[in-house]
Amino acid sequence: MTWLQAVVSTVMLPLLMLAALLVFIRLLRGPSLPDRVLALDLLSTIGIGIIAVYVVVTGESAILDVATVLAIITFVGTIAFATHIERRV
Amino acid sequence: MREILSLALIGIGVFFMLVASIGILRMPDIFLRMSASSKASTLGVTSLLVATALHFGELGVTSRALATVIFMLLTAPVAAHILGRAAYFVNVPLWQRTWVDELRGERDTLYRTASISNQALAPADSYDFRGEGS
Repeated sequence: MTWLQAVVSTVMLPLLMLAALLVFIRLLRGPSLPDRVLALDLLSTIGIGIIAVYVVVTGESAILDVATVLAIITFVGTIAFATHIERRV
Repeated sequence: MREILSLALIGIGVFFMLVASIGILRMPDIFLRMSASSKASTLGVTSLLVATALHFGELGVTSRALATVIFMLLTAPVAAHILGRAAYFVNVPLWQRTWVDELRGERDTLYRTASISNQALAPADSYDFRGEGS
């Protein structure tokens, strides 16, 4: 393990986990449905960032495909939620 | 040298991710939360993915990371815009100290004009979208 991998896995990944935890508090507290949708959006964006950092730590570059797919699914999910909120169906 | 640059980019990305999460937790209003989170998280994830591409320096990794970055840059403003529009049209309360609301008074007519076809689908309000409790 190089020093870069050590620093990234001991400092940067826990900070990203802290960011995800803060967003999760907003996801639980609400108060409105668009707030929660926004929190879910940001949570999965942080997930993409965690995947990118994890790729650097492990050196397994195939995991980057997961980040791409997660970005696509997040976008479609946010659009679907917004349409649901606006149309009230 | 490349490792130092990569670590610096990861640090910048993590910093902006933290800024986005603190903003979404501390801001008083969904529109301010959206303003804090969408821009900072886009910059943060861009920085993290560029750091990954720089760390490997291979064609496959770089192209995948750049594809994800371009996709995020294209879709994050669209998602934030559509979500903010939906939140405004279902009367999510604005912050009490908001100065300017240029659509005040025209919200209902705009909603009706913008989504005539939606009105036929709309049932009675069965769910509390505004989070005001009932």
